[in-house]
Amino acid sequence: MAPKDPLQETFIEGSGNTYLSLQDSIGSLTLDQKRHNRFAWWFPFVVAFGMLQVMMLAITLLVFVGTGIWGINNPVGWGFAIINFVWWIGIGHAGTLISAILLLFRQQWRNSINRFAEAMTIFAVMCAGMFPLLHTGRPWVAYWLMPIGPNNLGMWPQFRSPLVWDVFAVTTYLTVSALFWFIGMIPDFATLRDKAKTFVPRFAFGMLSMGWRGASRHWHRYEQAYLILAGLSTPLVLSVHSIVSLDFAVSIMPGWHATIFPPYFVAGAVYAGFAMVLTLAIPVRKWYGLEHIITLKHIEWMAKIMLATGLFVFYGYICEAFYAFYSGNPFEKAMMLNRMTGPYWWSYAALIFCNGLAPQILWSKKIRQNLPILMVVCFIVSVGMWLERFVIVATTLHRDFLPSSWGMYFGTIWDWGLYLGTMGLFTFLMWLFLRFLPIINIFEVKELFYKMTGRHGAPKPAAAVAGTPEKVTADE
Amino acid sequence: MSETTLEQPRLHGILAEFDDPDDLLEAAGKAHAAGYTRLEAYTPFPVHGLSEAIGFKEAKVPWLIFVSGVIGAFAGLGLQYYTAVIDYPMNVGGRPNFSWPSFFPVTFECTILFAAFGAVFGMLGMNGLPRPHHPIFGGKNFELASQDKFFLCVESDDPQFDPARVSEFLRGLGAQNVSEVEND
Repeated sequence: MAPKDPLQETFIEGSGNTYLSLQDSIGSLTLDQKRHNRFAWWFPFVVAFGMLQVMMLAITLLVFVGTGIWGINNPVGWGFAIINFVWWIGIGHAGTLISAILLLFRQQWRNSINRFAEAMTIFAVMCAGMFPLLHTGRPWVAYWLMPIGPNNLGMWPQFRSPLVWDVFAVTTYLTVSALFWFIGMIPDFATLRDKAKTFVPRFAFGMLSMGWRGASRHWHRYEQAYLILAGLSTPLVLSVHSIVSLDFAVSIMPGWHATIFPPYFVAGAVYAGFAMVLTLAIPVRKWYGLEHIITLKHIEWMAKIMLATGLFVFYGYICEAFYAFYSGNPFEKAMMLNRMTGPYWWSYAALIFCNGLAPQILWSKKIRQNLPILMVVCFIVSVGMWLERFVIVATTLHRDFLPSSWGMYFGTIWDWGLYLGTMGLFTFLMWLFLRFLPIINIFEVKELFYKMTGRHGAPKPAAAVAGTPEKVTADE
Repeated sequence: MSETTLEQPRLHGILAEFDDPDDLLEAAGKAHAAGYTRLEAYTPFPVHGLSEAIGFKEAKVPWLIFVSGVIGAFAGLGLQYYTAVIDYPMNVGGRPNFSWPSFFPVTFECTILFAAFGAVFGMLGMNGLPRPHHPIFGGKNFELASQDKFFLCVESDDPQFDPARVSEFLRGLGAQNVSEVEND
């Protein structure tokens, strides 16, 4: 069964493109470092580097003093650490969605953005992973989380705990994402190796390319492995955020103990992730002259996915409120009323505005294609998704079952410092990636160009005209 | 038959360069039809139908991934069974030691992890990578095989290999450049 052929759409814009011109507009970002010597690269990089120092400071102080520098208390033991962990993991999910799920759905338009989004996944998961480790307060014994044993306590991890499931889910996710990313880059490393004129890139890309020579037997196995890896990543990405949500849902806390949590967390993850991809892609395509490869069509489709997943998330909010009142459980009802009208009412109101209402303007095509407004919407969504986790953690925990153990929770300057610092780390790594690795999948863009312009077995025309794609033969 | 010595033959093969993936696809099909069995094509991106055109069919990688995944599932479940049932049984709320529904997530993650390792290392291993050097890199213009040129190589261990005849045959297929690739 052939899916609807999406190649009639314009994925690569402009006339006069050739394999080499497409390759150069991407590859020269790495090989011709002069393309970077300007404000657009240095300014974000220096700011991010400064923020990274804030992170180092926050971590150092945490290691010396302990988690008392944070705002966590009794009853709110899960503060920013869990909020930011879930936020970052969620952001990573769009990368896997773009690279794996859209590959399985044969959405060719993903080729322009998948490398970029995969990098984002890996860096976001790195930021996320730091929070639970630091939340232990003793990150130097974090290896107790792994089943290396018996350790000096003579014990094993408790495999009935969702927190241990998380360890396995997140480490597997990071490993598989990194493998997927690296495997995807091998042919591009070979391209850069053969194109490089000077020793250092030639040597570095030569090592990284592992001697890739583009043999068709190799491509044959490569494509089998890549496709199956995508098939494996798809349930993986769904499982990761489901397991993250089980950290909450397996407990008996009001507001957490709900079966809707896994799907609604996954939708929220994709939603936040696409907001981040857009936030990064919109300036990068402009600054680096990639507008013919990451076209307005890509931007618009990502905005549409954001709108759709935003609606899933909003549906989740409505269901949560409905369950709370319909369940007849007095604790659930009290929690929901407290969430809407209690001391944290402002966070819930802001959440509904950011995630439920603001994205609705994306129904308009004009707005989807208006980049400044779209950027603002993406920012609002990122804030909204952070608020969502804040609302979930704070409003449930701060009023325990017994009024005697009620309290309030606010982050301290070190909570904010560490959060800001991970944003610095993320941007820092992202900007290094922009400069030193091929940020768009070169061979897939070439393949896409071939599919758009090639003859595919038809007899040779007098002159091949770019932009008039033939029907693509099924290639299963 | 080619005149080969007992030593490694002088030539790795005859390399033909094409401008266009469709030309290569046609040429590869014709070369295969002409009875050449030791063919290899080199392209900057995967061209669908090319490996079939040179007569290469294989599905070992998917099986390898499947087997790795099964091993991963047993490893994950086994780890949990060993730690929670055999080595350190702990009564949690009166549940059975082998409370398998709680063991499902870790088993699943291990399945994916092992399968992914199988996919990546299996693919690289079967392709014989990493391999920094290969005679084909010495071929004329071969650095363009990762850029925008498309190559077909008839290797010297082909039973019909004869440098002159093969070169002529490849030129007849519309190749731009036909050259000998030496073994070194």
